[in-house]
Amino acid sequence: MTTIEKPAYKVIGTRPIRPDGVEKVTGKALYGADVHLPDLVHGAVLRSPHAHARIRSIDTSAAEALPSVLAVVTHADLPAVADTVIDTGEGVTRASDMSLNVLAGDKALYRGHAVAAVAATSAHEALAALDAIAVDYEPLPPVLSVRDAMRADAPLLDENRRTKQPDGALSDGPSNVAAHSRFEGGDLEAAFADADAVVEREFDTKMVHQGYIEPHNGTANWNPDGTLTVWTSTQGAFAVRAMLAELLRLPVSRIRVVPMEIGGGFGGKIGIYLEPLAALLSRECGRPVQLTMDRTDVFQATGPTSGGHMKGRLAVKDGVITAAEVSLAFEAGAFPGSPVMAGAMCMLSPYDVANFRVDAYDVVVNKPKVAAYRAPGAPNAAFCVEQLIDELAREANADPLAFRLRNSAREGTRMITGVAHPRIGHEETIGAARDSDHYQSPIEGPNRGRGVASGFWFNAGMQSSVVASVNPDGTVNLIEGSTDIGGTRASLAMQLAETLGIPYDDVRPTVADTDSVGHNDVTGGSRTAYASGQAVYEAGLDIQRQLVERAARLWECEAEDVSFVDGELRHASDADRRLTFAELAGKQMETGGPLQGRGSVVARSPGAAYGVHVVDVEVDPDTGKVDILRYTIAQDAGTAVHPAYVEGQMQGGVVQGIGWALNEEYYYNEDGRMENASFLDYRMPTSLDLPMIDTIIVEVPNPGHPYGVRGVGEVPIVPPLAAIANAIHDATGHRFTELPISPRRVVEELHHLR
Amino acid sequence: MKEIDYLAPASLDEAYAALQNGKTSAFLAGGTDIIVQLREGRKQVDQLIDVKHIPELMRYGWTDGGGLAIGASVPFAEIYEDAEIARRLPCLIDCATLVGGIQIQSRACFGGNIGNSGPAADTVPALIALGATLTLGSREGTRELPLEAFFTGPGQNVLAPGELIVTVNVPPQPARSGAFFHRFIPRNEMDIAVVNVGARLELDAAGERIAGARVSVGAVAPTPLFVEEAGAALVGQAPGEEAFARAADAAAAAARPITDMRGSIAQRVHLTRVLTVRALRRALERAREA
Repeated sequence: MTTIEKPAYKVIGTRPIRPDGVEKVTGKALYGADVHLPDLVHGAVLRSPHAHARIRSIDTSAAEALPSVLAVVTHADLPAVADTVIDTGEGVTRASDMSLNVLAGDKALYRGHAVAAVAATSAHEALAALDAIAVDYEPLPPVLSVRDAMRADAPLLDENRRTKQPDGALSDGPSNVAAHSRFEGGDLEAAFADADAVVEREFDTKMVHQGYIEPHNGTANWNPDGTLTVWTSTQGAFAVRAMLAELLRLPVSRIRVVPMEIGGGFGGKIGIYLEPLAALLSRECGRPVQLTMDRTDVFQATGPTSGGHMKGRLAVKDGVITAAEVSLAFEAGAFPGSPVMAGAMCMLSPYDVANFRVDAYDVVVNKPKVAAYRAPGAPNAAFCVEQLIDELAREANADPLAFRLRNSAREGTRMITGVAHPRIGHEETIGAARDSDHYQSPIEGPNRGRGVASGFWFNAGMQSSVVASVNPDGTVNLIEGSTDIGGTRASLAMQLAETLGIPYDDVRPTVADTDSVGHNDVTGGSRTAYASGQAVYEAGLDIQRQLVERAARLWECEAEDVSFVDGELRHASDADRRLTFAELAGKQMETGGPLQGRGSVVARSPGAAYGVHVVDVEVDPDTGKVDILRYTIAQDAGTAVHPAYVEGQMQGGVVQGIGWALNEEYYYNEDGRMENASFLDYRMPTSLDLPMIDTIIVEVPNPGHPYGVRGVGEVPIVPPLAAIANAIHDATGHRFTELPISPRRVVEELHHLR
Repeated sequence: MKEIDYLAPASLDEAYAALQNGKTSAFLAGGTDIIVQLREGRKQVDQLIDVKHIPELMRYGWTDGGGLAIGASVPFAEIYEDAEIARRLPCLIDCATLVGGIQIQSRACFGGNIGNSGPAADTVPALIALGATLTLGSREGTRELPLEAFFTGPGQNVLAPGELIVTVNVPPQPARSGAFFHRFIPRNEMDIAVVNVGARLELDAAGERIAGARVSVGAVAPTPLFVEEAGAALVGQAPGEEAFARAADAAAAAARPITDMRGSIAQRVHLTRVLTVRALRRALERAREA
């Protein structure tokens, strides 16, 4: 559904085949582990068996003496880094933390923390050589939850860490709480005192992983002249380059990062793990070195997203949400940087709440350092707030969607940050969900229930840069630098074709390495179709301008007498003077030489995304199993450039949300060992666990983009956890406040087994 | 992973010789368990003995008395695609179609599932309910034992050095009997049983009383359990919820599960009860159809 009259686009809104499709389905696409170079050698990484331990010493001499071993590196081989902050686009990290994360310093802070790396004549020899490295550990008690980490007597991960408090001052004593932030507005106590009803609950969620199919990998070649080339699977080649320059103290220009095809990222392939190790090993042995992870490494040693503890208290008066007091404490993993602030800022953004206090705690624990995961922080926070809103609607005897509509944010509503919303589409999205066949159909039968929830995500803008070269036959090569995870080669080529008035098939997009295109921030924050799309549009306008000038030169007239309409150059007064795009492209030599368009932007108006989800479940009260019977998602896409890929993003987000709601969790033993570090026991949903997920694309164009595009990739994972919990409550009468709502939890709670 | 020798004996005698060459061995039939265990370093051996080229292990057939002898290496898919087996022993199909996906089922086999001796093995409670025995062979000859006597612990069994599983024998089933295998997994596929139950009911000539019953429960103890008390609780009773509940209580009482990433003690004891009743209900349906 579209809310306003849409311009008559020719390419935007169609569903062409993706440019990378054939290579992927025929197995020809090249991923990081497909990199084969002359003299390439393989490496292996020694990882801490302890969740928390002091490293007294590392003796690598026996490993180095092995004839098969070509290089061994530890943290001591990393240069001292400045205490700078690196902004990777989806979060900031201190360079010193990053350096200690890629190779442990005097402490191992989680099981799987890299301690040393080896390059050898074969992958098997490298693995065998790890056994020859002697690490003297002093095991320390691990801290495995925010509740434990926040206790006054908790073991400290870093004795020097102080809490950064809401006023910016540091706490007097050391703490595992890296930061405490607060948002306040209105008169909270008066609103609670005046309320018709107040609901209050606590919630807990577990650490979960993005679960991308392709494990991390990194191949590095360090030349004697100090130039370094890195091939890797990443969401942002420029971010990898920046981080490597910082960690290895190299000038940025000396590093070339080649982004290979990516087998999924969801935020988890922004940070770096293997790349600096491969680089150091290559420097030491003088040969290119490749490192790859197995699934266990991916689970234990890369960044999942936070679990945490949340407490919420909401009030309603005359059908209006009048007060919200919410406290969020999220696990950051071994180093600060959980997405708790994003969660705090998102969870109330679908609504207009006058009185609020929101506290956010960033807490370190002995688990892997978290990374971004699709709308980082927002799903957990929505699990808390959207369940409380469900309860408030029941207290107010209101339909849950009508209640959300009544309280919805709209243009001008201020978020808890004080920033006013521009044009947003939450109300339209609620309306689409309400009017859906799904919501209009009754749910019947025992043990069945329906739940709804809303979700918000900011979406990001940031920097993008593209170059488009016009070929003599009128086709165009688009060189861009944004990793294509969700079909952005297609959606960017479509926007360029639209701008130039040429067919989609005439534009061939390529994701280039860092030497071959201007800076591009990461593919993250749902920014690429929007921000790189804006750069593509600028490049198209640049080509249009040059075409007009060239036509004017050919026709010996003024440029203002030439217009570019529907892919054609036309003379204002002489109807016979016309040139198609392809005709003029064929006259480049005589009109000024090779024609290139450039677009470089800092995109500042991403336009937030809203999703409203409706889900029906059936609970088997005897086994605790929850079946998803029907799922409908309505989402504001602004303008859906390629509707099939928008729908795919919506469905994909829901699938990950269903897994998070029902089965996924990092299952730790008391020593801090993750016991389910495989896809067998880390239970993501299979196709047999899912119904068809119906999609309704709502289009409230983003005024900040020439074609009205909003990011679509992240917000669909925000509502499912809460929507499913609300549906299970509807089915069973029991409110589940802890994730995952696994069969084990359902039978234990429904049958009072613990 | 270190280098491993690969042997493919073409006869039982060659296999017995390979087992006595002084090296540590593992059997390779479908390889769906052992390859993973070797790659993950959970097991280490000098040699893999491929048991897919031994005729006795690769064939199956009905015995004169009406039992079914299944060579240890016959893939599940061959069994469940046999219409005669599906008609006469549907409980075998229940389990054979549940192990892994089609690719796994096309390679994996009863002998492997039994030899791997996992406490949650999906074929075992079904086979115990059916009263299956194993024929073990070695250079010294063969011996036969009830399946429930084979297991001694997680990944452990009574197989002696030099010995291998030759056939899995499903005896002729009693008249008016029916068996069913049921498991619970959190997802609909790709999972290890949290609890699994095999149950067989035999009705008397009038169809009014239970003449015999066998109940087996997996994933609730170090080995799959044959719960004789559950069967005893059913014999002589009228088939129905009251009797099934008593059998379920007996099964739950026999369960001594652990808490791990696949389930908790409380959940598994609870599920033992639930699944036993559900398996008995379906076994009763089959017995009445028989």
